[in-house]
Amino acid sequence: MITLTHYLVLASIVFLIGVMGVLLRRNVIIILLSIELMLNGVNINLVAFSHYLQNMTGQVFVFFVMTVAAAEAAIGLAIVVVLFRNRETVDVDEISLMKW
Amino acid sequence: MTDAVALVPLFPLLAVLVNFFAGKRMSKTTVGIMASGSVGASFLASVVALMGLMALEPGQRSVEINLYSWISSGNFEVPFGFLLDPLSAVMILVVTGVGFLIHVYSTGYMHDDDGFARYFLFLNLFVFAMLLLVLGNSYLILFIGWEGVGLCSYLLIGFWFTKDTASEAGKKAFIVNRIGDFGFILGMLLIVYHFGTLQFTEVFHKAPTIFHSGDTAVLVITLLLFVGAMGKSAQIPLHIWLPDAMEGPTPVSALIHAATMVTAGVYMVCRSSALFELSPVTLSIVAVVGAVTALFAATIALTQNDIKRVLAYSTVSQLGYMFLAAGVGAYVAAIFHLVTHAFFKALLFLGSGSVIHALHEEQDIRKMGGLRKYMPTTHRTFLIGSLAIAGVPPLAGFMSKDEILFEVFNWGRGSGWLLLWIGGMVTAFMTAFYMFRLVYKTFYGESRMDPEVEKHAHESPPSITVPLSILALLSVIGGFLGIPVIKKWNILHNWLGGVFQAAVEHGPEAVEAASHLAEELGLMTVSVIVAVSGIMLARSIILRRPEVAEGLSQKYSVLYQLSLNKWWVDEFYDRVVVKPLKALSDWCWTVFDVKGIDGAVNGTAWTANKTSGILRKLQTGFVQNYALSIVIGLVVMLALALI
Repeated sequence: MITLTHYLVLASIVFLIGVMGVLLRRNVIIILLSIELMLNGVNINLVAFSHYLQNMTGQVFVFFVMTVAAAEAAIGLAIVVVLFRNRETVDVDEISLMKW
Repeated sequence: MTDAVALVPLFPLLAVLVNFFAGKRMSKTTVGIMASGSVGASFLASVVALMGLMALEPGQRSVEINLYSWISSGNFEVPFGFLLDPLSAVMILVVTGVGFLIHVYSTGYMHDDDGFARYFLFLNLFVFAMLLLVLGNSYLILFIGWEGVGLCSYLLIGFWFTKDTASEAGKKAFIVNRIGDFGFILGMLLIVYHFGTLQFTEVFHKAPTIFHSGDTAVLVITLLLFVGAMGKSAQIPLHIWLPDAMEGPTPVSALIHAATMVTAGVYMVCRSSALFELSPVTLSIVAVVGAVTALFAATIALTQNDIKRVLAYSTVSQLGYMFLAAGVGAYVAAIFHLVTHAFFKALLFLGSGSVIHALHEEQDIRKMGGLRKYMPTTHRTFLIGSLAIAGVPPLAGFMSKDEILFEVFNWGRGSGWLLLWIGGMVTAFMTAFYMFRLVYKTFYGESRMDPEVEKHAHESPPSITVPLSILALLSVIGGFLGIPVIKKWNILHNWLGGVFQAAVEHGPEAVEAASHLAEELGLMTVSVIVAVSGIMLARSIILRRPEVAEGLSQKYSVLYQLSLNKWWVDEFYDRVVVKPLKALSDWCWTVFDVKGIDGAVNGTAWTANKTSGILRKLQTGFVQNYALSIVIGLVVMLALALI
């Protein structure tokens, strides 16, 4: 029997993989993918609770998250393309321009 | 007809405006005619105003014309207005009359100068300011004129501003005057404090009711006003600017630094006679400063070798006479000497200008001599001026100087009056001597000129000689304005008597009562003897036996050096005032400003820089580090929430 707990554990695992990806990887594209992982971990969470509580709100919310994630991915990849054209790199260590 | 007085300052002002906007595009002839014509028109307006004033009853001769209300603040009001009374009428006639002649002279003298239009712009502006000074009906209007003439004096002294000495002299005149003006402003503030007004008529009317004779407040007010007068009229210890002012063009020296502006202090003291009469101490100080200045400047004039410097020190000395007269309460005599001095000193300066012009800017009398045959008119008029200032009867200088000495002799207040009189007499002797030393060295004897210069020596054009002749005529007949002995014939005395009436009541004018005929004639004889012996001495040791003069200067070399170097007053001021001030400024700059203020500002920036250098380490610029701190923060908060 697959209970709510299983889903929550799965969601946590997916989310943490995403966090680790963001924190540890140096490739911008991988980081973007990791952010998608984090979002989807949350999505699993939302759907699981929606089913558990028999409340549709969570599932509706997931659609919003997916839409936003798609938009974000589009913009993020566009930035990465422009960045690559200018700096010929996608390594975040080499684009730490925020530091004075 | 007295309303014509409002036109008097208007004409020069209009000329200034036209000259300012269009002067550069106008021909020299047009500029000259406009500038001279405007002052001439002012002179005519002054005559009309004078006639209007004469038509009034003697008691009514004080007309105020308020053009508009200038300052209106609560109870304090200053209208922009003019006061026409016998005193200001005399002053505007002198300013516009002598001013007109000097303008005409300038058209000839400045003819080849590039700054022709600029010169007349300043000169007309000066006349306007001077008229404002003498016509103003309150201390504040007087002060506008006072500062205006100071500005024009600065501009004209430094007219040839490419010459270092000229611009330095202009600055010196301005700064020294500033000291006097400071006193004047404080005096005005005190007048406002005590009287609540600056109008002449009100102040003088209220003065005897507010103050008693000898009150400290009135002492302070009059002393402060006198400090202003000392600055403007070059009295010790503020006399140092006037000799240096000779760097300006010669007509400027004649108009500003001999005939009109420098007498503004005398005018102001006489105008304020109602206040000065209430403070006997101030009057004594005025008299002593005047006498000391007269004597002191005369001793310097004895040995100067620059023709204009001799005249400059002579001017300081004569101004001393005027203050001496004012100090003993003889205001009419002071104004009388002011008028005659304007005639003969303007004449002498213009004459020296004619000489300088003919000799191509040579001012050293050691390089002149024998000019009589080259410049007959200049020589004749200069001689008349010298006789007048030396005090040979019946020329103008004799009349006025004798009246002053007579009044001093009859002062009889305090124990030092005889000293003042003796000082005046000694000054008269020295005046005769140094003026004729100048005449003999310039016009007589062997020529000591460069042959090159001598070849070109020539008489000046009519635009120069005609004003000289007119001024010479005035120097001859000007004295008859104040005929001595017979008071009934003394035009100036009767004319001005009313203005100083208030003063006379309190003043020591008991002279009138007793008959002093014998005494007056006796004193006259003494002063004639003094004048003639001064001239004779000059004749014998300067003209006849120059080696004697040489020997004397060797024998008494200490005294000679003292006089030649102007008693080292400039050096003294330099050591005592200028150098310490410079050192203080230097300290303020290098220590207080650079190290103190700049140090504090830079120190603040340095501290901010260093502190931020440490804090900056927190900002790595790596997004992942920031994300890590977010995660750590989240974990910590979760941990706290769970525990």
